[in-house]
Amino acid sequence: MLSDVLQDLLEEGVELLGEHLVLVLAAMLIASAIAIPAGLLLASQPRARRWALGIANIGQTIPSLALFGFLIPIPFIGGIGQHTAIIALVIYALLPILRNTVTGILGVDPVVRDSAVAMGMTHTQILRMVELPLAAPTIIAGLRIATVTTVGTATIAAAIGAGGLGVFIFRGIASVDKLQILAGAVPAALLALAADGLLGWLEKKCAR
Amino acid sequence: MSAVEFRHVDFRIAGRSILQDIDFSIEAGETLVLLGRSGSGKTTALRLINGLHEPSAGEVLVEGKPTIAWDRVRLRRGIGYVIQEGGLFPHFTVERNIGLVPGLENWPREKISNRVAALLRSVSLPPEDFARRLPRELSGGQRQRVGVARALAADPAILLFDEPFGALDPVTRLDLQREFLRLRAELGKTSVFVTHDVQEAMKLATRIALLHEGKLAFIGVPAEFEGSRHPEARAFLDVLHEARGGEGDAGGGCQ
Repeated sequence: MLSDVLQDLLEEGVELLGEHLVLVLAAMLIASAIAIPAGLLLASQPRARRWALGIANIGQTIPSLALFGFLIPIPFIGGIGQHTAIIALVIYALLPILRNTVTGILGVDPVVRDSAVAMGMTHTQILRMVELPLAAPTIIAGLRIATVTTVGTATIAAAIGAGGLGVFIFRGIASVDKLQILAGAVPAALLALAADGLLGWLEKKCAR
Repeated sequence: MSAVEFRHVDFRIAGRSILQDIDFSIEAGETLVLLGRSGSGKTTALRLINGLHEPSAGEVLVEGKPTIAWDRVRLRRGIGYVIQEGGLFPHFTVERNIGLVPGLENWPREKISNRVAALLRSVSLPPEDFARRLPRELSGGQRQRVGVARALAADPAILLFDEPFGALDPVTRLDLQREFLRLRAELGKTSVFVTHDVQEAMKLATRIALLHEGKLAFIGVPAEFEGSRHPEARAFLDVLHEARGGEGDAGGGCQ
């Protein structure tokens, strides 16, 4: 009897875990594709940088459940389901990636940059061969923070019908079923730990 | 044609005048030492040569052509630049640091690695011990040698040195000064060398240009410098005489 329940949970769990991974990966890819290039550009623009970081900061202060709710009525990007959830997750992931990219680039020793210029390297060469490699550990640290947060926040996506491990949690809360809550929470926590470990390893590897 | 020529150069930044009416030339093969106190404008003068700064008035000519008319990348790749601590890339091995400019110039790989090995030997760092090290695995003096090797890598006609030996202990400094003289005799490159150390200036210069508060106070050979009556020159010469007449701890100085 109990084993039947577990069997069902396991089958559904694998499916929900898959959905969860899709949400997190899609959000992280989109957020990185926006925030890393933006961070590189903003590193040399102090005024625009203050604005952009301010806006990204505000994005992060909106309570997540409210943000999911706000997005539903918005045409094209809103509605019920996965893509709305991904947009909300992207908004949350932007700030840590953006901030760390900017910090990483600004943290490159000015003497090193100066000698790169003096040796006749072009802007692109300096970015590719000097700034990006030296900023990489800091940028990856930003990705790491963003990924761990996104894994957690993505559980709330179930509230707007986007699936993922949050489905277990919401259902467990509604039916006062601890086992269901744990079936959602434990894999989500393990997933966060795994992402943290993997990106932490990469960060160290880049720092050499 | 002079290797480098300053024509009535002024340089101002943020409303402050750093250099005023600097006018002199540097001949091919000579070592011109820009001597001066901190804030005298000597580093700024050096940076005008490779286009890291642009004159506010007047012009700086390199090989007869104003720096602002040069393609900056071409200009800089033809000028070696050595700074304190070498300015090495911390994430590149010694080998990659030295081979950087030849690599940017698309030299074939084999030619680069031969060049790197030859340069390491010429600055007395055996390639088999040093090529694979990272800058942080070197002493200050070794980093400086790598910095010199890197500046020489693409065989530039002109070398700029911005207080390269400033952070070194006196023994290592003397070592590198000797190395500098040896390399100069060997290669005969045009060199411009910034220092605030009058002993170093007297030892290395074929000519000394003394900068004081953004103006050229004196230019001439070291023997003339010793006879100069300019108050700033006298101030530096006092330092020199003090060191020579002192307790004999002048870092193994000048004769």
